[in-house]
Amino acid sequence: MRKLLIIISMGAISAFFAGCNSNSGGESTAETTTETPQATTTENGNPSYDPNRGEGKFTKVELGATLDAAMATEGEKVSNVKCSSCHKLTDEKLVGPGWKGVTTRRTPEWIMNFITNTDAMLDKDPAAQAQLEICLVRMPNQSLTNDDARHLLEFMRKNDGVK
Amino acid sequence: MKKLNLKLVVCIAVFSAVSMTACRPKNVGSAVSGDAAKKTYVAPGKYDEFYNFVSGGFSGQMSVYGLPSARLLRVIPVFSVDPEKGWGYSEETKPMLNTSHGFVPWDDLHHVELSQTNGEINGKWVFGNANNTPRLARIDLRTFRTAEIIELPNSAGNHSSPFGTENSEYIVAGTRFSVPADNANGDVAISSYKQNFKGHISFVSINPENGGMNIAFQIKTPGVNFDLARCGRAKSHGWFFFSCYNTEQANTLLEVNASQKDKDFIMAVNWKKAEEYLKAGKGTKVPVKYAHNVYSDETHTATSTIKTEVTVLDASVLKDICYFIPCPKSPHGCDVDPTGEFIVGSGKLAALIPVFSFDKIQKAIADKSYDGEFEGIPVIKYESALYGEVKKPGLGPLHTEFDGKGNAYTSFFVSSEVVKWNIKDLKVVDRVPTFYSVGHLCVPGGNTRKPNPKYLIAYNKITKDRYLPTGPELAQSAQLYDISGEKMQLILDFPTIGEPHYAQALSADLITKNQVKIFKIEDNKHPYATKGEGESKVVRQGNKVHVYMTSVRSHFAPDNIEGVKMGDEVYFHVTNLEQDWDVPHGFAVKGANNAELLIMPGETQTLKWVPEKVGMFPMYCTDFCSALHQEMQGYVRVSPAGSNVPLTFHVGKTASAPEAAK
Ligand SMILES: [Cu+2]
Repeated sequence: MRKLLIIISMGAISAFFAGCNSNSGGESTAETTTETPQATTTENGNPSYDPNRGEGKFTKVELGATLDAAMATEGEKVSNVKCSSCHKLTDEKLVGPGWKGVTTRRTPEWIMNFITNTDAMLDKDPAAQAQLEICLVRMPNQSLTNDDARHLLEFMRKNDGVK
Repeated sequence: MKKLNLKLVVCIAVFSAVSMTACRPKNVGSAVSGDAAKKTYVAPGKYDEFYNFVSGGFSGQMSVYGLPSARLLRVIPVFSVDPEKGWGYSEETKPMLNTSHGFVPWDDLHHVELSQTNGEINGKWVFGNANNTPRLARIDLRTFRTAEIIELPNSAGNHSSPFGTENSEYIVAGTRFSVPADNANGDVAISSYKQNFKGHISFVSINPENGGMNIAFQIKTPGVNFDLARCGRAKSHGWFFFSCYNTEQANTLLEVNASQKDKDFIMAVNWKKAEEYLKAGKGTKVPVKYAHNVYSDETHTATSTIKTEVTVLDASVLKDICYFIPCPKSPHGCDVDPTGEFIVGSGKLAALIPVFSFDKIQKAIADKSYDGEFEGIPVIKYESALYGEVKKPGLGPLHTEFDGKGNAYTSFFVSSEVVKWNIKDLKVVDRVPTFYSVGHLCVPGGNTRKPNPKYLIAYNKITKDRYLPTGPELAQSAQLYDISGEKMQLILDFPTIGEPHYAQALSADLITKNQVKIFKIEDNKHPYATKGEGESKVVRQGNKVHVYMTSVRSHFAPDNIEGVKMGDEVYFHVTNLEQDWDVPHGFAVKGANNAELLIMPGETQTLKWVPEKVGMFPMYCTDFCSALHQEMQGYVRVSPAGSNVPLTFHVGKTASAPEAAK
């Protein structure tokens, strides 16, 4: 985990430098901007982005073998206020993709990072970007707390049949 | 490339300086030098260093500019309805414009005052005055919204307002027009001014925790016109100074009849003493009627309460509250320097600037060095209060700001210039022209113990020659000067809204750190809030139809409503479910005789709609919110009175749903 943290901050530094370059209006603006996505999404050797984990504050999420029903109930409440106007519980797309099967497609870390750090992930995560091409509406940041995110994940697990 | 940019900027500055010389009657060529544009250039994406809160004059609003760029950041609706934000149109904001005279949709806002702690700006609130129907407003700087408006009884033309003490203990409001008190018989001959007309100064206390306003007391004074005011600070904390004109007590053709005397007055008020009298029960409770309006960020709703009593202290009976100091001639400003020792009087018709000494005023009072009384108020001898006079500074001194380095900056309305002078030796140091007829000045923190003297802004009354013509009326104008050096340097002029009557500015970091970015949906206590699309519904109560509606990128719920009938009053209570900064949604319905709504993230706002025709009425989001913004729409079907179309509503059902057949 310590290693991961260091890696994240290196990623932040390289993003910072990229920002500096474009701000100072250097002659190589075009080169700089094409470099940026490479630096953050490359798989071999450059560890600055992990597409399985996504980017955000969650590095390791512990899941129980069985469902935590209390957490799932809390998650359902959050969903009713902040999520259900755009996401169905089936696999049908509304504004955003349906939730059916999401916990089998994505890691817990990816899901929790995506729903709490949406803008950053829409900017660099290939899977999120592919989804955006289908939905064409950027998912709004819904200002979820860490607990909200964890509870939602449990509710998604319940939706996917975890008992 | 950076270098190239700079060269370009310099070129433009030089070019504009040259071209201005061609058309300006004055020697503006020397007033604007080549590096001016560079000094005000704030690159895209960079922030300004200061927020400048500028009164909107007859627009009734307050505008916010960034300095030094002079980019307009926001217009805050205060005393006038504003369709852009639904202010005064939504059911929740209508009560904010309620008064004892009913709903007043338009007023003029003349002065702004930032709240202070220990004589320094604290970034919590900014206050504004409604002049015509006397009121004070408090704007919350976390939200840039008007949070409270209180009406002022016994007053008319609330010009001498709002000015605050150095811990914002009080915001004061002096009446411009003296009038018979509200509970007295006002049906008297106007020529009975001297007997029947009285001045009232309101001391409105500010709750240091939440800013809540309350009229703590009023001081009744002889009938004169109060113009401006400033609190004492540091050593003179506990005192307040008010300029007044028309000590002739004329009631007609004031431009002649109120300019008869060589000297009018500055009124010095010992408000700590007034507090003692209030505590000792020396005040009189007087029946009045005034509105007190408060907006809640939890219910997203304003409430208006009519209050019926105010406590009045009579200055002619309680002898040691008020003192008059003679001041030449029709004084406008009475500005206190950062040390609290010097009070600068500015007579609009005077050709000199008198500077009074707080210590000498105290000694004069102790020695009873008086020139008799004016309607029961002691008049201090001019020489006993005077520190000295700035001789021949210009024509028509109006208002003075300070830099905290021993200098004062006075605006001259008639000679259209700003004059910098030294407070100790009263010598003129520098002068620069303004274009034209300058009113107030602003140095960030210029009325505090610690000014931030980088810039000075002049707010002008007339704008001829400055911008492209725009019909008979021209854009109002302000001008920015760099005052960091010995000489003042004009670096920019910029258009403003309404008349930029007065303004204050503060360091941006005092505001940005506390900014509210969303309203938490969990904390929304609006009685008609819809927390989640699952709760959306339409409820009929007699002829009232309440629509509990949600909005989120990119649809409303419900977006199909049928069963509304002629004679119904429809209330759209729209809750914006977004929890993301800067994502409002709009709401409009065809034919609504009202403005539209603009609903902030997590907020609920209500549009009242009374259909006037049978038919189909589209509704949609007016604020571009996403790629599918155009799809954010719906329909309301209006049927004849007595029709049997059932009340139905839905979102996401297809056109072949059974309801469609009915
Ligand atoms: Cu919208």
